[in-house]
Amino acid sequence: MPLIISRRTSDEKFREKVLELSGEEFMKCFQCGTCSGSCPMTEHLDAFPRKVMALLQLGQIDALNEINTPWVCASCHTCMVRCPRGVDITKVMEALRLTKLRQNVNHIEPSNLQPEEIIDLPQIAMVSGFRKMTS
Amino acid sequence: MKLSYYPGCTLKTKAKNLEVSALAAFDALGVEYEEMQRWNCCGAVFSLADDDLIHMVAPVRDLVRAKEAGSDTVVTLCSMCYNTLARANDLMKNDKEKRNTINDFMDEEPDYAGELRVVHFLNYLRDDIGWDKVKAAVKNPLTGMKLAPYYGCTLLRPKEVAIDSPDSPVLLNEFIEALGGEITDFAHANTCCGSYQVLGNPEAALKVSYDILTDASANGADALVLTCPLCDYNLGRRQDAMLKKYEGAKDMPVLYFTQLLAVALGLPVETCHFELNRNSTIELLQSRNLLEKVPA
Repeated sequence: MPLIISRRTSDEKFREKVLELSGEEFMKCFQCGTCSGSCPMTEHLDAFPRKVMALLQLGQIDALNEINTPWVCASCHTCMVRCPRGVDITKVMEALRLTKLRQNVNHIEPSNLQPEEIIDLPQIAMVSGFRKMTS
Repeated sequence: MKLSYYPGCTLKTKAKNLEVSALAAFDALGVEYEEMQRWNCCGAVFSLADDDLIHMVAPVRDLVRAKEAGSDTVVTLCSMCYNTLARANDLMKNDKEKRNTINDFMDEEPDYAGELRVVHFLNYLRDDIGWDKVKAAVKNPLTGMKLAPYYGCTLLRPKEVAIDSPDSPVLLNEFIEALGGEITDFAHANTCCGSYQVLGNPEAALKVSYDILTDASANGADALVLTCPLCDYNLGRRQDAMLKKYEGAKDMPVLYFTQLLAVALGLPVETCHFELNRNSTIELLQSRNLLEKVPA
């Protein structure tokens, strides 16, 4: 899908919100792609972390809302320790998740989880999963 | 020096094999500790949003409990708890503005400013006990066991709380060597197992975990050694799903470093709770005659 970059598609407020939530200066990213090369989840992503950073720099809120990347991120911090520009991309992903979760929207619905799916799960899986993916 | 032990929510039930084996090893090594009174869940993950201080209350409250008990060090076994408590401790030590807000909010608690040292048991073994003492206590050396040290994420990243070099750690390797085992190096030793994505994207978590095990197996490992109950679930418990889904998937014994320690120290096998591991784990140890030697 072509990306239309214009004042109409670029949401400055959204960019500021992500900056405020993450505390990370994502404009420093120079698109080297180290994050994409380091991410263990790439084969499951609609857009690699490098592209997420580019979309964010351009304020492309619609495109960012469509991709699954923040929801597949496991906060493993590999991108963060390797970023040559010192951007904590895990914080940016958290900020992107929170822009949705704070509208009182759950990404996973705890009540829909089947007992047989969760019976063996360790408590930390539930606590961390709900912390990251529910409002 | 007084040592507080923080168990965390999973270690009393699903990861009893991590806790009971570790506490038996504490006793065998002469570690004096006290389980923290009235501990609460640390929250499992450290909050990454700049404005989210409410989720710091749980881990900070745990640290306050340890300080109240007169401790100067908190030791954890679960690597997720380690990460959350260590990062909360750093925040309270280094961020004056946030520290003041959190202390003001928790006005029923004494003020806290990151006075404690938060360590993982692997650090404690190296820095406070020392590998020489561990080696001297080994009664049942793991000779000939090829063990893949799996570090995962939360012991190594971010670097402020890393127990060792985030890119080329050796701590777990040194531990295995101290017990007489052989190291199997593999590229996925620091790669994420998918963590909590077992809830949101279970198939993605299964695939990354499968890649880790395949790598360890291809490099000739007899077993994978880990430190985290969530890694244990993804890499151990979910192997049944991998065996069904991926052609050529092999059963790989997976165990906690503390179980390995208890075996090497010759502690009663009951302390290891191997019933919570894959059957192949106890079968492997039996086949190497590592359990027969253990006095009942």
